[in-house]
Amino acid sequence: MHPRLRKYLPILAVLAVVVVVQLVISGSGANYYLTQLTMSAYYSLVVLGLCLLMGYAGQISLGQAGFFAIGGYTSAVLTTTNLMPYADLPSMQTLARLGMVFERQDLYGNTLLSFSPWLALIAALIMTVVIALIIGIPVIRLRGHYLAMATLGFGLIIYRIVLGTGFLGEADGITGVPPFPLFGLEVSGSLSTRIPNYYIAWVLVLLGMLLALNLIQSRVGRALRSIHGSEEAAGAMGIDTARYKLATFVLSALFAAVGGIFLTHYNGGIGPSEVTSMKSIRYVAVVAVGGMDNLWGALLMSMLLNFLSLRGYFGTYDDAVFAAILLVIMLFFPDGLLRAPGFRNLQLLRQKLSALVRPSKSRESGDG
Amino acid sequence: MSFEQFFQYFLSGVTSGSIYAIIAIGFNIIYNTTGIINFAQGEFLILGGMIGVSLSSFLPLPLAIAAAVVVTMGVGALIDFLFIKWLKGPSVLRLVIITIGLSILIRETMLHIWDEKVRTLRHFTGTEISSVKILGAYISPQVLWILGISAVIVVVLNLFFRLTLVGRAMRACSDNRTAARLCGIRASQMVTFSFMLSAAIGALAGCVISPLTQTQYDMGAPLAIKGFTVAILGGLGNSTAAVVAGLILGLLEAFSISILPLAYIDAVSIAVLLVILFFRPSGLFGNREASTLKEF
Amino acid sequence: MADRLLEIRSLSRSFGGLKAVNDVSFTVQAGSIKSVIGPNGAGKTTLFNLISGMLPSDSGAVRKNGKEITRLQPHRITALGICRTFQTTKLFSRMTVLENVMVGRHPRTKAGFLSGVLNLPWTWKEEREIRERSFELLDSLGLTDTAEDLASNLPFGKQRRLEIARALATEPSLLLLDEPAAGLNIYETREMADLVLKIRKWGITVLLVEHDMSLVMDISDEIVVLNYGSKVAEGRPEEIQRDPEVIRIYLGGGHA
Repeated sequence: MHPRLRKYLPILAVLAVVVVVQLVISGSGANYYLTQLTMSAYYSLVVLGLCLLMGYAGQISLGQAGFFAIGGYTSAVLTTTNLMPYADLPSMQTLARLGMVFERQDLYGNTLLSFSPWLALIAALIMTVVIALIIGIPVIRLRGHYLAMATLGFGLIIYRIVLGTGFLGEADGITGVPPFPLFGLEVSGSLSTRIPNYYIAWVLVLLGMLLALNLIQSRVGRALRSIHGSEEAAGAMGIDTARYKLATFVLSALFAAVGGIFLTHYNGGIGPSEVTSMKSIRYVAVVAVGGMDNLWGALLMSMLLNFLSLRGYFGTYDDAVFAAILLVIMLFFPDGLLRAPGFRNLQLLRQKLSALVRPSKSRESGDG
Repeated sequence: MSFEQFFQYFLSGVTSGSIYAIIAIGFNIIYNTTGIINFAQGEFLILGGMIGVSLSSFLPLPLAIAAAVVVTMGVGALIDFLFIKWLKGPSVLRLVIITIGLSILIRETMLHIWDEKVRTLRHFTGTEISSVKILGAYISPQVLWILGISAVIVVVLNLFFRLTLVGRAMRACSDNRTAARLCGIRASQMVTFSFMLSAAIGALAGCVISPLTQTQYDMGAPLAIKGFTVAILGGLGNSTAAVVAGLILGLLEAFSISILPLAYIDAVSIAVLLVILFFRPSGLFGNREASTLKEF
Repeated sequence: MADRLLEIRSLSRSFGGLKAVNDVSFTVQAGSIKSVIGPNGAGKTTLFNLISGMLPSDSGAVRKNGKEITRLQPHRITALGICRTFQTTKLFSRMTVLENVMVGRHPRTKAGFLSGVLNLPWTWKEEREIRERSFELLDSLGLTDTAEDLASNLPFGKQRRLEIARALATEPSLLLLDEPAAGLNIYETREMADLVLKIRKWGITVLLVEHDMSLVMDISDEIVVLNYGSKVAEGRPEEIQRDPEVIRIYLGGGHA
């Protein structure tokens, strides 16, 4: 196989597993599991972005749920605002012809005119980038406790805004979010499309994984790792640490926002419970368990923990479980579970696998 | 705004501000001795309040409160023994996450012991409807208790740190741990004391506000954040400044009620936090250079 | 007359009441090796921090080839061709030896965030070149067989050399070496001296801070002596060795 493509093998392997899992589940008539798996996949997008930020740029963020919300709520608001009152305006007619607004039926059979989900997606992503830059520029200069508190504060402000604002649905959130049309398919919670939705979510996750892996193995990824290693030395080697940290912050915000947007369409709505600080802390817990800079570990742990949580296995102890995991990992395995001494065999396996996939260590290679 | 209204807001601000100051002082005590920011500080208040409520049904009030304080002190010491003491040179990030995890764990434990029901401690003097008239404003006598006890805490702590051997040992530890150890001070003991002390004042504060604000298992985190904001506002580690900063935040919040919708009031303190962190992390009274040189 | 690669003009920096660097001026000629010596606390590392942009100066100017670089950020100064090593090795401990050097290629390469995320084809050639250049550097510093080892696993002497290899990867015209011989034994110091001479032969100017007098006297073209933040002497090694003020500083006591 062409050396350049070898590094994408793990992604194909995971895709294979994803397919097998679906076949097994559908085969045993337990399609309802697919719903939680799909939701967990979207949460994993957030986790991947956070992993890049924490493990590679070395910045903790206790506010990722805030960006999840910015993505989800913007998308929800835009797609549920009824533009019917303005239907006769010429500008509205133009937008309709361009496909940016469209008519649809709501639950009660009324005709609504709303923004197209694609337009809402673009708007949500732009919102995310803008806010991430505004927050990121001052936040990037902070370290340690200050950084943690600032990101926590950001998440809390978003929560307060969402909880206290009328058109954001206050405590009830926003419902009635239409499906998201994706190349002939639809992202929605409708039971008949469970299987396609499962695959859509996974394609998105693996796409995100692809981009993240590309980044890590690139010149910029190396720069990020060096910043994490020694920020001073990285600066001395000509790396603009502030700019790179900011860029990674914005990138992680985008990952979270995309997760938020699509999960909102999948669930048909979004509420303040997605924006709590507890949610942000859970994302951190998952990244920590997987090993701060371990993308695959983060994905694995995210799927595992989120799935169990969504299935209700933790009962009323849900938050307590995540907190306990966080504590145990930070106390005993600060480098992540998979690097712990007890997991020796797992580590050796991992080394063997990555040796298979990495381009040969010769001097002449170094392709892609 | 009439004078009575103004004074009402003013008093409300001073009252909440003094509680924020107590929480901030709790942060500072632990921070000064250990360099750790204890995110679980807010839980001490709620824990103290809850225990006080439970015990007050069969113990006389002062005894219930005293017992609540003692038990919470024990919890503080337990936290130190189980989670802090044996860590070898942990990174700041690790500590942040550990104390966050701790606060959640404590909160969930309280949830399972006391449910999500709101509990209220009996008013120290009088009842919920008794009021005292001061300068035209009607306030509950509990407000006077809050102000009084906060002032007593501040004064007693001041004397404690200046006059007692233990207090001075703790100050020595925060100033220069190695030198303190060379003088025979057991640094690890000082750490335990600082946790116990912070827990004690937290529990006391939790009991004294319970009649007015009521006590619910998840009120710890918002209180901790406001306390942290005040601590940073005054300059981390500086408890005298914390008192001033607490009053500032309390008054800011109180007067904001006259302008902002109720739902956004909590956003005020968060906004203050972000502004301070972004523009002057050393706080109003902190040493600018010292905070940038500090390896945080 | 060789051109003035680096010009320090009346550079000063205080910490509170302490004048760490006090009105220091000197020039470094292109292609030379200049050493800064002085007792502990004389301000040598502060001087390096000022030149490399890691610390802002209170007053004075730093110029490279006539261009003012005083207020620039460290990464901009490195891009302009001045690179420094650190007194206590600041290697990227969780990266391999090769990767450490590859990071040094950063200022001379271009692939950015977008091209990285999308793994665009033009970046593959650049990565190949980065790898090759890095291997070349490892070769010239005798570190080739450690290329895939973790930087933190290297013995101390090799770690020092790796720091220099990494700095050389940035293609500096001026290399600032902060106590390169610190912690090295006699043989390693000898090798370090040879290395610095080799670096000069490659056309790179060297400014170094050092305590090891034999190294300094051996390889320096010129020496600057600092004491309590001020420059007290400057000249060729023979002149410095005879300078009564310098002798007084190091040996103390009166002189004839």
